[in-house]
Formats: sequence, structure tokens, C-alpha cells
Amino acid sequence: MANSGQEALVDLRQVRFAYGDREILSGIDLTVHRGQVVAIMGGSGCGKTTLLRLIGGQLKASAGNVQVAGQDIGALNTGQLYALRRRMGMLFQFGALFTDMSVFDNVAFPLREHARLPESMLRDLVLMKLQAVGLRGGHALMPTELSGGMARRVALARAIALDPMLIMYDEPFAGLDPISLGVIGQLIRRLNDALGAASIMVTHDVAESLSIVDYVYFVSDGRIVAKGTPEEIRASKDDFVHQFVHAEPDGPVPFHMKAAPIGEMLMGEGAR
Amino acid sequence: MIRKLGAMVIDGVWRLGFATRFLFLLLRYSGQSFLRLHLTLREIYFSGVLSLLIILVSGLFVGLVLGLQGYETLQRYGSSEALGVLVALSLTRELGPVVAGLLFASRAGSAVTAEIGLMKTTEQLKAMDMMAVNPIARVAAPRFWGGVISMPILAALFSAMGILGGWLIGVAFIGVDDGAFWSQMQAAVDIRYDIINGVIKSFVFGVAVSLIAVFEGYDCVPTAEGVSRAITRTVVSSALAILALDFVLTSFMFRG
Ligand SMILES: Nc1ncnc2c1ncn2[C@@H]1O[C@H](COP(=O)(O)OP(=O)(O)OP(=O)(O)O)[C@@H](O)[C@H]1O
Ligand SMILES: [Mg+2]
Repeated sequence: MANSGQEALVDLRQVRFAYGDREILSGIDLTVHRGQVVAIMGGSGCGKTTLLRLIGGQLKASAGNVQVAGQDIGALNTGQLYALRRRMGMLFQFGALFTDMSVFDNVAFPLREHARLPESMLRDLVLMKLQAVGLRGGHALMPTELSGGMARRVALARAIALDPMLIMYDEPFAGLDPISLGVIGQLIRRLNDALGAASIMVTHDVAESLSIVDYVYFVSDGRIVAKGTPEEIRASKDDFVHQFVHAEPDGPVPFHMKAAPIGEMLMGEGAR
Repeated sequence: MIRKLGAMVIDGVWRLGFATRFLFLLLRYSGQSFLRLHLTLREIYFSGVLSLLIILVSGLFVGLVLGLQGYETLQRYGSSEALGVLVALSLTRELGPVVAGLLFASRAGSAVTAEIGLMKTTEQLKAMDMMAVNPIARVAAPRFWGGVISMPILAALFSAMGILGGWLIGVAFIGVDDGAFWSQMQAAVDIRYDIINGVIKSFVFGVAVSLIAVFEGYDCVPTAEGVSRAITRTVVSSALAILALDFVLTSFMFRG
């Protein structure tokens, strides 16, 4: 399954990125082949969402090279970027549903914008997508009437509305109960295989993702610190991977953001 | 102190530059949104039709006051029949465009800023951009044109209601001669000089208010506080822009 001999759909070479002076990513190498589902894991705030934004072209790398479908994302103009994005789907970390549209219209939005379809066909398509995430019954609701997990599933249906070749999921499992979690996990896998697409998902759910993905990257301190197939990850002796997979508080992954020693800050001196 | 002042000036110039660039983008992508007219029509409904009530009621009251004050002054010189002229000229030349503009900025402009600001805060604009739909074409341009189109119509309705108010006080209530009221007005109000100039004013105010409202929403800091500041800025800058532009336009248009 892994590296199934297919061409690389996403290819990052020595990618660096900084917000102002703060370097978030310092030299990322990452490859995703067609047909693969790849998970990106890492501590909160380590730059996973930033990584997806770089691949989607919403941020520009300060150094290095981001290629999607053979095109250098950093060198595209708006028109070319939009042409590429029509074949990408992105599930935002907080859903980002359009609050002035119903669930149905949210999922129909990309179809209405990009595909000239007769209304009846559009309706069938949208309802099918909603059925896939288990929310066909809620098509008339407004986003404010949804729970967090439901909103995320609608956003997922919207992300896959155009049957993209590359789908990025930013924490698809957050806020889901164990049953929906399993269903959504299977959906991501099945969809990827049916479309012959590639999927990248950012997730903290080690157990679920190891059961569906082909490859895992661990990010820490702006670098890829470990990678491998699920079997390799489970068998890994690496401290970092071990700590993550077994959810241990002590190890190489720091829980705290970098700061002055607590004594100084509490005394009021260290705080800048 | 001086450094702060300097920083403020530089910041202001930056923002003006951004706003100009934004206007260019807005115009560039307007074609796309005109092709899909229902988007703009929807915004005309939201900013125009929903401001209608406040515009009509305020117009009526302004007219009533003009009628009272105007009559008071005119009758001292024995020319109370000129009330129609006074009311009509003050409304079409000045009060119609200016007051309607101020009301429009606080009713519709603030709503547009709030809506776009909130869409930015909840990443809706980014999500749209990621779906290869340009948010300037899809969200900003229709709101801009909705405002630009509504504004002259609202100002005209404001003036019409004001004249009705003046008539109510002057003719129906106080008893100025009905025929004189209208015929003097017809004789004194010039289509090109007064009406067209008034329409031009309200169009310019419409462009200014809509641009400010859309830009502030688009440019806001994406937090709750950022949105509320942006709304305040919309109302304040719109008011200043309207009054300043009014002075400039008046000095060019009505030079005797
Ligand atoms: N707009 C921004 N401006 C400045 N810094 C930012 C901005 N967005 C994110 N950051 C910083 O970049 C770092 C990475 O952010 P990112 O959102 O990519 O983290 P993440 O890995 O997705 O975290 P989480 O798992 O909590 O979602 C964070 O430390 C954050 O402080
Ligand atoms: Mg994130």
C-alpha cells in the first residue's frame, strides 16, 4: 500500500516558514503519493495547521519548495492557484461553515460555484454527500443549530463535494463520539480509495489513525522527527514515537510552551 | 509624543494605500459578480430595503422641522409662499444626500462591516478562498455595489418624504397657499443644477460609505474586539468622509 509506486502528488522539500521572527517550520520534507492516506501528528501548536496552509497555498514558504501535482505552489499566480484548488478539498480545524447558509447550501456551495449542474442533479449529489457523513436528515438546519461535531461533519461533506484529488483534513476526529469517529475514519479511507485521491490528515487520535492510514509523520520543533508505516510506528523504539503512541506525560515532547523559568515569572521579574 | 503622532500618520497613509488597492481589486472583480446579478440584488435588499423605514421616517421629520423653521423665518419677510422652494432646495442640494448618507452608514454600513468581519473571524473567507472562490468577488463586490446602487435611491426618497413633510406643515397645517407652494418650487428648482447635483452627491457618498464599510470588515483584526472596533471605525470614518466630501462637492457645484 505505502509508496504504491505511484507519482508523488504532494512533495515538500526543506520547507521553512516563520510568522514574523518566530520560525514555526524549519526544514520539512514530506511526500504523499496518489492513493495514500497520510497522518501528521505532533504536539499542539507545533505547526500542523500551518503545514496544511502551505500545501493549500494560503501561506508561502520562506524557503524550500512545495509541489502539488507537479506544480510549484509558491510560483503560481492567483488564476493558476485557483485552478489547482478546485481539485483540492480542505476541512478547516473549526469547520468554517458559512453561517448565512443552510447545511444544504453549504455543501452545495462549491458545486454551484464550479460545476454547472441542473438543480435536480445538484440536489441528489448534495444529499449523497450528507448521507455519507450521516446528516442527510439535517439538510435544512442552519449552522448555528448544529453541535460542534455535526458542524465538522458538514464541513467534511463540503470539502469532498467536488470529488477532489487531494483532501486535507485538519483534525477530522475532534469532538466526535467513538461511533462517529469510526465511521468518519472509514469514510476518509473509502473515499480516498474510491477517488484514487491522496489524503492528508492532521490528528491526535493515534489509535484510529494508525488503523486507517498508510503513513505517519511526527512533527516537533519545526521538523519531522519520526515517520513510518503504522506497523513501523507501533514497533518503534524511538522515544518520541513511544511517548506519543502511549500518551505519556514525560519524554521528549514538551507539554509547556517555551518560557522563562516559572520562579522568575511568578516573582514578576521574568515576565518580559 | 511626536513619535506616536508620526506612527499614526504613517499608519493612516498605509491604510489609505490598502484601501485604494482594495478598491482596484473590487472594481476588477466586479464584472464577475455582475454576471450573477442575484448576489447584488440580495445586497440591495439587505442594505437598501431594510434601511427604507428609517430613511422615510427621518425624511418626514426633517421635512416637518424645515417647514416649521422655514415658515417662521419666511413670514417675517412676507414671503411664506417661498416655503416650497426653501424646503425643496435644502433637501435636494444638501440635507437629502448628507442625512440619508449618515443614516445609511450607521444602519447599513455598520451591518456590512459586522457581517464581513465575522466571516473573517470564523475563517469563512479563508475557506471560500480555499474553494477557489474569490472572497472579494463573491462577498465584497456585491455588498459594495448594493450600497452604491441603494444610496441615491434612498437619498431621493428621503428628499421626497421631506418635501411631503414641509407641505404637511406649511400647507395642510399652517395654511400657506397650495398652488404657490408647488408652482414656486417648480419654477425655482432646476433639474440639472439642483437635482442632478444632488444625485451626484448621493452617488459619491454611496461609493465612500460602501467602500469604507466593506474595507473595514475585510481588514479587521479577526477577533470579537477587532470586529467591534471595525464597526465603530466604519461609522466614524463614513460620517467624516460624507461631511468632508460634501464640502468639496458643494464648493465645486454651487459657485453661484
Ligand atoms: N496568524 C498567526 N500569527 C502568528 N503566529 C501564529 C499565527 N497562527 C499560528 N501561529 C503560531 O504558529 C504556531 C503553529 O500554529 P498551528 O496553528 O500551525 O499549530 P497546530 O499544530 O495546528 O496546533 P493545534 O494542534 O493546536 O491546532 C503556533 O505556535 C502559533 O502560536
Ligand atoms: Mg491546528
